[in-house]
Amino acid sequence: MGLSLIIVYFKWQYLRKKVEKFNDAAKFFMKIFAINFTMGVVTGIPMEFQFGTNWAKFSELTGGIIGQTLAMEGTFSFFLESSFLALFIFGEKLMGQKLHFLTGFLVFLGSWASGYLILATNAWMQHPVGYEILENGTFVLENFSALFSNPWLFPAFLHNQAASVVTSSFVVASIGAFYILNNRDVEYGKLFLKTGVVIGLVSSLLVAFPTGDWNAKNVAKYQPAAFAAMEGIFETEHAGSEIVLIGQPNMVEKKLDNKIAVPNVLSFLTYGRWDAQIQGMDQFEEDVLPDNVPALYYSYHIMVGLGTIFIGVMGLAVLFLLLGKLYKIKSLLWGIMFLFPFPYIANITGWYVAELGRQPWLVYGLLRTSDGVSPTVSSGNTLFTLIGFVGLYILLGLLFLVLVGKTIHQGPKPQIH
Amino acid sequence: MEVFWYIIIATVLAIFFILDGYDFGAGIIHLFFAKTEKDKVVIAKSAGLFWDSNEVWLVAGGGLLFMAFPIFYASVFSGFYLPLIIVLWLIVFRAIGLEFRGQFDFQMWKDIWDKAFGVSSLLLALFFGIALGNVVRGVNLGSTSNGVSLHEGHYFFLPLWDSSFSPLSDTPGVIDWFTLIIGVITVVALAIHGANWVILKTESSINTKLKSVIFNLNITLTALTILSLVVWLKINPEAMDNFYDKPYFGIFPLIYFIGVGGLFFVKKFKKDVYPFILSTLVILGGITATLASIFPVILPSTNDINESLTIYNTATSDYGLSVAVYWGIIGFTLLIFYFIIQKRLLGGKIDHMDYGH
Ligand code: HDD
Ligand code: HEM
Ligand code: HEM
Repeated sequence: MGLSLIIVYFKWQYLRKKVEKFNDAAKFFMKIFAINFTMGVVTGIPMEFQFGTNWAKFSELTGGIIGQTLAMEGTFSFFLESSFLALFIFGEKLMGQKLHFLTGFLVFLGSWASGYLILATNAWMQHPVGYEILENGTFVLENFSALFSNPWLFPAFLHNQAASVVTSSFVVASIGAFYILNNRDVEYGKLFLKTGVVIGLVSSLLVAFPTGDWNAKNVAKYQPAAFAAMEGIFETEHAGSEIVLIGQPNMVEKKLDNKIAVPNVLSFLTYGRWDAQIQGMDQFEEDVLPDNVPALYYSYHIMVGLGTIFIGVMGLAVLFLLLGKLYKIKSLLWGIMFLFPFPYIANITGWYVAELGRQPWLVYGLLRTSDGVSPTVSSGNTLFTLIGFVGLYILLGLLFLVLVGKTIHQGPKPQIH
Repeated sequence: MEVFWYIIIATVLAIFFILDGYDFGAGIIHLFFAKTEKDKVVIAKSAGLFWDSNEVWLVAGGGLLFMAFPIFYASVFSGFYLPLIIVLWLIVFRAIGLEFRGQFDFQMWKDIWDKAFGVSSLLLALFFGIALGNVVRGVNLGSTSNGVSLHEGHYFFLPLWDSSFSPLSDTPGVIDWFTLIIGVITVVALAIHGANWVILKTESSINTKLKSVIFNLNITLTALTILSLVVWLKINPEAMDNFYDKPYFGIFPLIYFIGVGGLFFVKKFKKDVYPFILSTLVILGGITATLASIFPVILPSTNDINESLTIYNTATSDYGLSVAVYWGIIGFTLLIFYFIIQKRLLGGKIDHMDYGH
């Protein structure tokens, strides 16, 4: 999703400045986007089927609601993207530059619309709205527009999109650093690096503030038990909560080991008052607390820690860019080149926070995860198929790396036939 | 409302089978008939350019089914758990076969992905046919045994096969001789469709040969169709009742037979597009006639305890169904629009189109 934005940016620069290298850059990254897209299609279809195969009871009870947003995603976004992606790749000569830009823009629009709709689905599970529960336990839709004005949705969408831009701008910068360090395609390398670090800094800032902060406030408000676990607060403090920088949850003694913390900051960040009270895990019954507190706590701290590091590294890079020295500092270039996996880690841990924090609920506060499973599918069968998927996805992942590597190796210069 | 969404979803899924059907078919043709490297490239390309935009119809159809008939979605997807997961794996394999064969220029790599594409296309066609066979044969809803349901009446779980291998057994599996016949019919029909597609879209050297292949396959298809009708009536003596009660339903089988009949003249047509239209009719007619024969049931129950699933007892609330009509109208207008643009741009023979992202 992030990459489509950057492609649109390159194509737009080309229209303005008419310098070939921008167009080459747009087409180069569209190749990488297309590989991602294929991966998205083949892994996305199992995701959709999985609602029915593995979570049949959940599908039966809530399909009338989340089916809306999922079906909209299928009819609006995926079609938009897949049609115009083909046009972008094959149609440049046929259409002329303005239309070609437009197709790129529509691919971007499709992928962001798809992000919006999938997050609308997820937001409903995190914070259900606009529903009515029938006597037999089925959720039916009562207010369609409520699905889209869900207070959970907008912050989650912005945060998620900002994070996707972080990921792709880091990839762009990393490829740029790679070309410069190898002294090949240097002109493109500089363009990629410059674009990557500037967008990287902006999006890293956005991911932390306001969007990350806003998400955290939402969790504190709507899922206080998850918030306590994320932050590692075992006991409620009466005069303001400290923010934990480092520490390991000890589930036996119900405390954090090796803690380094700053007093009262968490209260301020969450409620804008230094002495605001934040509920600790002691305030909740066992059966509404997330079932894996350490995983949740670590995921959250890894995400936020990485986010802070990203701002630091990209800030430094932009500083040197302004000083005109960025392309010469080898150690920084090496650092940027190897930074690209970390936004992926931050994204995955971020989803862990969201999904583990929601436990033990599938639909927060209303439907338990254990009540959503398929009644007729045995655990042996799910284990067998899970192993199959793991194997297949490892294969996919390897192929993905090989292909992206090959594309990078071929380079952004247009090939002469 | 239920009927409206049923028709929409059936249409979307039929379009999926027509469009992705030619990709499956091209895969089957590729597996058995493509010998030279040039033909292999071109035939793979005739599917490779289109499969992902075609698969979107499956995604959309699945989403709509989930939205409109959640109980059906839950019941069928969990009940046919094993075959569906196998289908998912095949879909992944087919896609990577298509996308990756051209990426490296050495023979073994290409051979591996060619086989992946061909075999998974063949098996997908077979499994989709078997699925259709299961839907008309019905399942043991509620997994009853000795008059007691093990699950709620709309849940079930089918093993891949039952040792008797018979559709008349009390606990039929996914694969039995009846569903296998329907599976083979689907493979044959899609192979014909794919051959027509290859002829239409490419200048491959086997195009003339493929016409005789189509002719022969069509004889097989006719024979199998007659066989399947006979056994179907044996399994379900009421299979024809819908057509007597509502004679206008007869249009669906008629479409099928027009397609099959017309295909016997495959060698005579001047334009390559006519036989392609005929095989489109075969698929369209086959699917719609099958669905019409059990309408409004969408999954028959083979026991007397739990009632069959129909579009009425599996649908979501009226509000949900009607609100979706509003965005559905916008969505489908856009769909038709994209579809036209895309077909225009990628029309004609594709041999010289630059493929490989
Ligand atoms: C590059 C990736 C990335 C980075 C650097 C950050 N995040 Fe994040 N975060 C995500 C990627 C992400 C995500 C994967 O996109 C999540 C998962 C669910 C969602 O909406 O976004 C997420 C979720 C998420 C949640 C949980 C929302 C929920 O429970 O649904 C909170 C509270 C934050 N983030 C807060 C932050 C803060 C304060 C950050 C400070 C730097 C931060 N994130 C950096
Ligand atoms: C259960 C949740 C999800 C379902 C059911 C789902 C479904 C799908 C489907 C069916 C596709 C293929 C689209 C096509 O055929 O063109 C797809 C693609 C994709 N999905 Fe998801 N998805 C889910 C979650 C996510 C999440 C959480 C993300 C990222 C934050 C994501 C990002 C993508 C991307 C980047 C693609 C690639 C192509 C595209 O953008 O269309 N998906 N998804
Ligand atoms: C890449 C993004 C995602 C990751 C890494 C992720 C990960 C997880 C995790 C860790 C759980 C908790 C498992 C447990 O404790 O039982 C979970 C649950 C779940 N998530 Fe996600 N999730 C992602 C995106 C989504 C989205 C976008 C949706 C909805 C559209 C979704 C639907 C579900 C469902 C239905 C469950 C319940 C089943 C379960 O608990 O495993 N997930 N997910």
